[in-house]
Amino acid sequence: MSVLVEKADLSLKYTAHYNEVKESLREDSSDVLNAPRNKAFQDFVMQGIPTRKNENYKYTNLQPQFFPEYRFIHRREPAKVDLNAVFRCDVPQLDTHLAFIFNGWYYENNQQVGQLPKGVILESLEKMAHEKPELLAKYASLAHTGDDPLVALNTAFAKDGYFLYVPKNTVMEKPIQLINFLQANQDAFVTQRNFIYVEEGADVKIISCDHTLNLNKYLNNSVTEVFVGANANFEYYTLQNQHNSTTSLNSVFIHQERDSKATTLYLSLHGGLIRNNLKFILDGENAEANLFGMAFIDRKQHVDNFTQVIHAKPHCLSNQVYKNVLDDDSTGAFSGRIHVVRDAQKTNAFQRNNNLLLTDKATIQTKPQLIIDADDVKCSHGATVGQIDEEALFYLRARGIEESKARLMMMNAFAHEVVQRISVEPLRDRIDELVDKRLKGEVARCHECAYNCEC
Amino acid sequence: MLSIKDLYVSVEETEILKGINLEVKPGEIHAIMGPNGSGKSTLANVIAGKEEFEVIHGEITYMGEDLLEMAPEDRAKAGLFLSFQYPVEIPGVPMVNFLKTAVNEHRKHREEKELTAGEFLKFMREKMELVDLHAQLTNRSVNEGFSGGEKKKNEIFQMALLEPKLAILDETDSGLDIDALKTVAHGVNALRRPDNATIVVTHYQRLLEYIVPDYVHVLYQGKIVKSAGKELALQLEEKGYDWIKQENGN
Repeated sequence: MSVLVEKADLSLKYTAHYNEVKESLREDSSDVLNAPRNKAFQDFVMQGIPTRKNENYKYTNLQPQFFPEYRFIHRREPAKVDLNAVFRCDVPQLDTHLAFIFNGWYYENNQQVGQLPKGVILESLEKMAHEKPELLAKYASLAHTGDDPLVALNTAFAKDGYFLYVPKNTVMEKPIQLINFLQANQDAFVTQRNFIYVEEGADVKIISCDHTLNLNKYLNNSVTEVFVGANANFEYYTLQNQHNSTTSLNSVFIHQERDSKATTLYLSLHGGLIRNNLKFILDGENAEANLFGMAFIDRKQHVDNFTQVIHAKPHCLSNQVYKNVLDDDSTGAFSGRIHVVRDAQKTNAFQRNNNLLLTDKATIQTKPQLIIDADDVKCSHGATVGQIDEEALFYLRARGIEESKARLMMMNAFAHEVVQRISVEPLRDRIDELVDKRLKGEVARCHECAYNCEC
Repeated sequence: MLSIKDLYVSVEETEILKGINLEVKPGEIHAIMGPNGSGKSTLANVIAGKEEFEVIHGEITYMGEDLLEMAPEDRAKAGLFLSFQYPVEIPGVPMVNFLKTAVNEHRKHREEKELTAGEFLKFMREKMELVDLHAQLTNRSVNEGFSGGEKKKNEIFQMALLEPKLAILDETDSGLDIDALKTVAHGVNALRRPDNATIVVTHYQRLLEYIVPDYVHVLYQGKIVKSAGKELALQLEEKGYDWIKQENGN
C-alpha cells in the first residue's frame, strides 16, 4: 500500500514541478523548443516513470532513481570554475575541436573549439533555436514523445545542449570532442538536448565524454537527434565515466539516408545506473549502421543497453557488437531489436552480445529480438554468457605469466574486439590504456581531473 | 632434477594415476609411452600444475622443491615447460604481447633486466629460425588460425624462447607430417644442454627416431609397467600395446 502511494506521489511530484515551471521554461526559449513541451509532458504522465512493467524497461526499474529530491537545472548557471582550466586532455596526439557542456548546458566560455571548417556550426542549442530555427525544422521529429517516457520528459524540460551542423560535402579532419561535466551544489536533475545535422557527403567524428565533478547525486536525462545525409559518415564515441551515485539516461536517435554510414560506440567505464537507448533508422538504400558497446561494471552498478535498428529500405547493413564485463554484484542488460520492414529486401543485420561474469553474483540479461517482415534477408543474433576460459588461463600461466596478469590479458582481449573499432587512432590507443587501467582496478579517468572524487 | 614418488591422481573422482614413480636427472631424455587412456597426458599436466587434477597421494620434487605446492606460473619460471598436446587459441591476445610478457616474467624471476620491445623482437627472430615458424604468425592472436603443425611448432618456439630446464613434450608428434616432425625434433635437439632434461610423452615410436631417449617407460592403467632403454620403444613398435596388455592380465 505504502509503495503504491509512493509511486503515485512520485508522478505527482514531477507533475507539480512541471506545472510550477512550465511558464518559466518557455520564457527565454524559442518556439522550436516550446512547441512540443505540453504534449510531451502529457505523454510522460501517460507512460509514467519507467518500471519493469514497461516492456522496454524490463531489466531496469527507474523509480528509485527518480525518487531523490533533485534540484532541477532549468536555467543557465555559470560554472564555478573555468572549465578550460579544469580540463587538460592527456591524449597529446588527439587534436580535436573541444567544447564543454556544463550540467546539460552548452558552456558559454568555450575557448578550445578552434577554427571549424567553413560552414560548420557547433553551438548552444538554445542559441541556434533563436538564431537559425530553420536548421531545427526537424527538431523532435525522430525522438517521439509518445514512444518513451524519458524522451517525453526530456522534450518537456529541454532548454539547451549542443547543436552541430556539418554542411554538404564537408569532411572534418579533426574530431569534435564534447566534455559533459556534472557539478552542482546539491543533488541535481539535468536535462540535455542535442541536435546533429550531417548533410550529404559530410564526414564528422564525435568523441563525447561524461564526467562528474563532485559526489552529489545526479540524474542526467539526455536526448540526441542525429540526421545523417546521403553518402555521409558519422561516428559517435561515448565514454561514460561517472561516479556511482549517477543515473545516466541517454537516448540517441539516428536517421540515415542512402549510402550513409553511422557508427556508435559506448564505452561504459563507471556509473551508478546507465541506460543507453539507441535507435537507428536506415531510411535509404545501402546505408550502414554499426553499434558497438563495451561496459565494465562492478559493485552495485547497472548498465542497460537497449538498441533498435529499423531497416526501412533494401540493401542496408547493420552490425551490433555489445560486450560486458561484470564484477561483484553488478547487473547488466542488453536488448537488441532488429526490425526489417516489408520490402526491405537484401538486408544484412547482425547482432552479438558477449558477457563475462567475474563472480557468481553478477548477472546479465540478454534479449535479442528480430522482427522480419521481408523474405530475402540475412539476419543473425547470438549471445554468450560465461566465465574466463580456464584452459586459456592455464596456458598463459604455464608460460610463467601470473594468474592476475593472465586474467587481465584475457579481459583486455575480450574488450579489444570492441575497442579496435575506434577509427581515431590516438583515441583507440588511449582507450586501450584506459581499459587496462579499469581492469586493474585503478580508477580510469579520461582526463587529468583536478577533482579527486571517489568514483 | 625431477622425482615422482608413489603418485596417485584422480579427476572427478576417477583415479587416473595409481602409484607413479619416476626419476629424471639432468641431461636425460625420458620417453613415456602407452596406449590411449593410460594416463600419459594426465601425468604431463599434473607436473605442469593443472588444477583440475587432484593429487591424492605421493609427491613430486623438482630441483629439491615440493612441486605440488607451486603455482603453474612459478613452476614455469623455475624452468618447467609443457608443450601442450592441444595448444589453446586465445583470440584477442596478440602473440607478441604474450611471448614478450612470458619472457620478461622469466627474466624478472632470474633478476635480469626486462627486454624492451626492440630487443625482444630481435631475440624472437633468432629463435624463430630454429623451428621455421612463419614470421607472420607472430602478428596474430595466440594460436588463432594456426594449423595443427604450426601450433606444435609454436610450442617448440616458445620452448626456445623460455629455455627450460625440464621440458615435457605432450604428444608433440600427433598430427604432424614427417617434415614438420623432423623440424620439431630438430628444434628440441638443438635446445638440449647437458644440464637440462626432456620428457617425451608419445603414443608412437616415430618421434623417438629423431629424439633418442635414454629411458623408455610404458604407462598402462595408471602405472609404469615397464622401464628400459631405447630398445623398448622398438619392441613396442613391433609387438604393439597388446603385448603390454597381455602381460598385465588383460
